[in-house]
Amino acid sequence: MSTQLTQQAKEESSSQSESETTEVEEQRQEVTRNATADEETYHLKVFRYDPEIEGKKEPRFDDFYVPYHQGMTVLDSLIYARDTYDSSLTFRHSCRQAICGSDAMFVNGSQRLCCKTQLSDLEEPVRIEPLPHQDVIKDLVVNMEHFYDQMEAIEPYFQTEDLPDGEFDEQRQSRENREKIKMSTRCIWCGACMSSCNIAAEDNQYLGPAAINKAYRFAMDDREGDEMKQRRLEIIEQEHGVWRCQTQFSCTEVCPKDIPLTEHIQELKREAVKNNLKFW
Amino acid sequence: MHNHDVIVVGAGGAGLRAAIAAQQEGADVAIVSKLHPVRSHTGAAEGGINAALREGDSWSNHAYDTMKGSDYLGDAPAIETLAQDSPEEVIQLENWGMAFSRDDDGRVSQRPFGGLSFPRTTYAGAETGHQLLHTMYEQLVKRGIQVYDEWHVLDLVVTDEPAPEERTCHGVVGYDVQSGTIEGFQARDGVILATGGLGQVYDHTTNAVANTGDGVAMAYRAGTPIEDMEFIQFHPTTLPSTGVLITEGVRGEGGILYNSEGERFMYERGYANNDGELASRDVVSRAELTEVNEGRGIGDEYVHLDMRHLGEDRIVDRLENIIHLSNDFEGVNPVEQPMPVKPGQHYAMGGVETDENGQTCIEGLYAAGECACASVHGSNRLGGNALPELIVFGARAGHHAAGRDLKQAEIPTGKEGEWEPGELIYPVEPGELDHSGGDAIADGGHTATAPVMSPTELIKGAVESARSHVDALLSNPDGQNHAEIRSDVQQSMTQHVNVFREEDGLKTALKQINSARKEYQSVGVADQSRTFNTDLLHTIETRNIIDLAEAITLGALGRKEFRGAHWRKEHQERKDQNWLKHTMLSWNGGSPELWYKPAVLEGESKTYEPKVRSY
Repeated sequence: MSTQLTQQAKEESSSQSESETTEVEEQRQEVTRNATADEETYHLKVFRYDPEIEGKKEPRFDDFYVPYHQGMTVLDSLIYARDTYDSSLTFRHSCRQAICGSDAMFVNGSQRLCCKTQLSDLEEPVRIEPLPHQDVIKDLVVNMEHFYDQMEAIEPYFQTEDLPDGEFDEQRQSRENREKIKMSTRCIWCGACMSSCNIAAEDNQYLGPAAINKAYRFAMDDREGDEMKQRRLEIIEQEHGVWRCQTQFSCTEVCPKDIPLTEHIQELKREAVKNNLKFW
Repeated sequence: MHNHDVIVVGAGGAGLRAAIAAQQEGADVAIVSKLHPVRSHTGAAEGGINAALREGDSWSNHAYDTMKGSDYLGDAPAIETLAQDSPEEVIQLENWGMAFSRDDDGRVSQRPFGGLSFPRTTYAGAETGHQLLHTMYEQLVKRGIQVYDEWHVLDLVVTDEPAPEERTCHGVVGYDVQSGTIEGFQARDGVILATGGLGQVYDHTTNAVANTGDGVAMAYRAGTPIEDMEFIQFHPTTLPSTGVLITEGVRGEGGILYNSEGERFMYERGYANNDGELASRDVVSRAELTEVNEGRGIGDEYVHLDMRHLGEDRIVDRLENIIHLSNDFEGVNPVEQPMPVKPGQHYAMGGVETDENGQTCIEGLYAAGECACASVHGSNRLGGNALPELIVFGARAGHHAAGRDLKQAEIPTGKEGEWEPGELIYPVEPGELDHSGGDAIADGGHTATAPVMSPTELIKGAVESARSHVDALLSNPDGQNHAEIRSDVQQSMTQHVNVFREEDGLKTALKQINSARKEYQSVGVADQSRTFNTDLLHTIETRNIIDLAEAITLGALGRKEFRGAHWRKEHQERKDQNWLKHTMLSWNGGSPELWYKPAVLEGESKTYEPKVRSY
């Protein structure tokens, strides 16, 4: 739905009504008036859609001009546009520091986390759209339910038969093993990888890179023990699991936490093969 | 209407732990949260979890350090509970799979933190909160606990007996962000508030945009006293442009603070001759601002935090996340350059008054985590003590609400124990003190209905009232926008109710907050959609920010001494004779009442004697 809406919006954007054009012109003038001579402004083109509001039922792009300051991120610019020009501009955001994973969007044609994307790294106009391949709820907000469902489909919780005998005693884990799972535990569930994945776009049941990475996090954790690892490999080997991945690396490229997703998927494929040979 | 035994509001560390605990007792528990659980701000905690796990350490040492750090305003029963329960809770997290950093022998790693007599801060790199939050959410999924995510709680449903101690909480009113639907949630056994911080009261904060203190404000208006609100922690190492936190772990691992003259000022200027950079947070924050105010700051704004001498390997091993944060949000690579840092709002020591089982004075209403005040932190929280608070008191509140017999609490709530009236200083014209406003837009307070009604009827009434409140806000599209009002309050607080406080400034802040309150009377919501209307939600949150900003400032003006995080220009000493007491504010129908109750210094087997707090 999102892709479709975006395409429609592309066609719409050229035919903005006159009143809107005037508003934008006023905005440009206001920003110019307020900006000192050496201050830059940035031009944003922002996807807008609201299923219940006249004029927004058909997706469109709105233009905003925001004054630039050093270090300004895409999120800062959206907040400025919302608080200054249009309080109905809607997007998810919370921590502002790349840990809550709320603000993954499609910025200049690529999935990015807005709070850690510097405006100065982008070409103008900066085009901001919702994550592709997910239903748009409103403006830049997408429905994440499918993403959450896939994450939850892989038994995403620690399971072990190996707890120490004492009632409250820690399990030992080597530094190397902790290091092994470290990158995989960094996932912030932003959904950028899933949105960038061609396979996920075509196969709605594909677990997707984030969920497989979550499975990797447990499968590689020695504390879970061998039997559990078998079970983990069975889960990711299912029809819509690791074998769907065609190693295009798009997930790895967009991951804002630099998780080597494709490598993790490949490693699980190898583990699965080894495991199957063992029982052959 | 939704029905559950226990409703938890908020899905960060405290909320998740509370829900798991209630479920462990066999309760039907649900979480209602304005964010999906993994978006909660617990995820941003970096440093670690204090727990006396190792030989050579003991819970009583942890309790002693915490009491000293609190500047003797913590309550001993709460502090001792924290120190006693924390080790078990940390091992529980490990058993749930949390990816702690490890020592060579495979046990979980611990490191030194400010104000601690033993390196007991258990950590997972510089992303302990992220690991904790996700580990606990995994348990939630495993247990199939229901989450109403992106449901914003608008109100608590509480009966309206004259004394708050006689009231009962029966549930909450929730707003479904995605659809705009408003529905009631009945809680047969209890409502647990776990709504986290209130950092958005300030404009330079480490807190998330979502941290608007909703739970504290709702409980306050429903009649629960709020405690020690003036004690706000300013973390000494935040990045100047964004307020992003640089963990105390950097100093724990050996990071050094320098002024513009290259002096290691914590020692060379005598702020903390023994502990230097690892003195308590309030001490370091004041030292930094003093350096800046005396002209030894860098760019008139900040100081430098240098960890280059640790070497890249150690930095990557223990503090890797800091490299990313400093690069991404300040453009400084800390392996090659010192990081600019300045104090920023970080944590509210105060909150909803509870006992050590998480209970408030209102029957059926609990609070845990940052929104609560048990009080563990007194006038200053030690680094590494927030995460154990979440899990220890989250768990206790969950168990208690679901019916487990916990030891009778020692800490009295409401006006059940000893208390004394305080004098409210309010420098605005009489008449302007009326907060109730009288109309739905200005109030948004709790729903008070006759106690003869059944809980179901009470909730229905509350839902109706919330619906008309929202309708009223939406029917005024040309009204004043909340963003400007919010920003005025935030700036006023940062200017006047910051690390250094003086009487005139505090009074100015109260006047400005009062103007904001008046402007809020004509607030409106431009976005007319029922779908994902963040304009509406931010407007509702702004009301909470106003009430809490006022409470913080009223408490600050009332406390005529210097204790912990609360520094007063006119009162430069800790005055134990008069001030070993908690600041309490009751909403009192919109005319706040200030009163005080004594701090509890009697512990299980000893009484803590206030000593000079030096580091």
